[in-house]
Amino acid sequence: MDFFWLSVAGLATIAVLSFLYNDNPLYKVAEHFFVGIAAGYVVCAEFYNVFLPNLWNPLTSGTDYWLVIPLLLGLALFTRFSNNIGWISRWPMSVIIGTYAGLAVIGFASGDMVLQVQASLIPVFEPATVSKFSGDPSVMNFLDILKNPLFTLGLIAVLFYFFFSVEHKGGLKHIAVVGTTLLMIGFGAGYGYTVMTRIALLFDRFYFLFVEWLQVASA
Amino acid sequence: MKREIPILITLIFGVFMIVQFFIPHPAVNDIANRLQNWAIIVIAFSYVLGSANILRINGELVYRRGPGWLYKLVLVIAFFMMVIPGMFLGIGEGTWTNDRLFTNTYIPLASTMYASLAFFIASAAFRAFRVRTWQASVLALTAVIVMLGRIPISHMIWHDLPNVVDWVMNVPNAVAQRGILIGAALGAIATGLKVILGIERSYLGRE
Repeated sequence: MDFFWLSVAGLATIAVLSFLYNDNPLYKVAEHFFVGIAAGYVVCAEFYNVFLPNLWNPLTSGTDYWLVIPLLLGLALFTRFSNNIGWISRWPMSVIIGTYAGLAVIGFASGDMVLQVQASLIPVFEPATVSKFSGDPSVMNFLDILKNPLFTLGLIAVLFYFFFSVEHKGGLKHIAVVGTTLLMIGFGAGYGYTVMTRIALLFDRFYFLFVEWLQVASA
Repeated sequence: MKREIPILITLIFGVFMIVQFFIPHPAVNDIANRLQNWAIIVIAFSYVLGSANILRINGELVYRRGPGWLYKLVLVIAFFMMVIPGMFLGIGEGTWTNDRLFTNTYIPLASTMYASLAFFIASAAFRAFRVRTWQASVLALTAVIVMLGRIPISHMIWHDLPNVVDWVMNVPNAVAQRGILIGAALGAIATGLKVILGIERSYLGRE
């Protein structure tokens, strides 16, 4: 039984990897199977994690009759399939949009903006890093000197790059260039990190194929 | 009815989500939590709506024997293959649906798809990262340094390479991400307020 399921997983892995050669029927079957399984799982997950505990159980046990409102709103979403009464689906959509908008205002303001600005409210220059560098002139100690200027002046340069109310010319252009350069380093780092993460995942798949499933290699 | 009520609903839900933060009174919190729970329930229905839509579109194609109908049939079968045992046996740990079906189909498919993206990212980068300007060179160079620093033998190339990569990730990369986050947060706050106040109404459609 275990080997059967391992083989299912192995064949699924090979089917997806076959796309590296070319778009082929095996990959298309795997792709459609994946979408079907994922959609089915979402329905089950919402049923067990939200529908039963948040709606059905409190409603049927009589503890909260107000829940008839979200039940009706949820069902109203399906009017989207009708041309005549499809506009009713805007009501539940508004519930989702309004909640997300309200939470986004607070979440982004307190979680992202304030915290990020606060983390950059540090001295522009840390004299201790210079004395550390003069004692031990290593690369890492030199990079430590740059830390605070980058987090303060560098951040201003990055933000200035996104500030389009003034034209980026003359001296201001140089600030924008510093901002762009930092952004490029960020994008490059993000790209390199993503590639390495995906490569690690790929090794994991090969480990599964050759060690766990086919057992032609050992760890 | 068609436009005013949705705008009013958006206003009520949006305002309560904001007010609960500034007025932590039990009465306000109670209403806000109740509204949030209602939204979670409606969102759950929206997931089911999405799945129903997938089934409707693919089911129609199978029925009409449209282009690629056999693949669509695989999708529909896979959907019911997950939903039927999932509904009856559950999807938690220890269930057949989770331990056998989900673990041996969804997880290998998803992780292999993410893994194979490594090749596509690399080939796309080869075309996109042509070093035309010095800033493009900075991007390419940073990517190479980060990739080299993440391999197990990076310290053998240069003993400080892993530390330099950590510094790149924690300082200049963090500065760039911080700038983007602050900009995105300002945009999200402005858009959120516009939606709540009914200035932004594109989510209502044309009519």
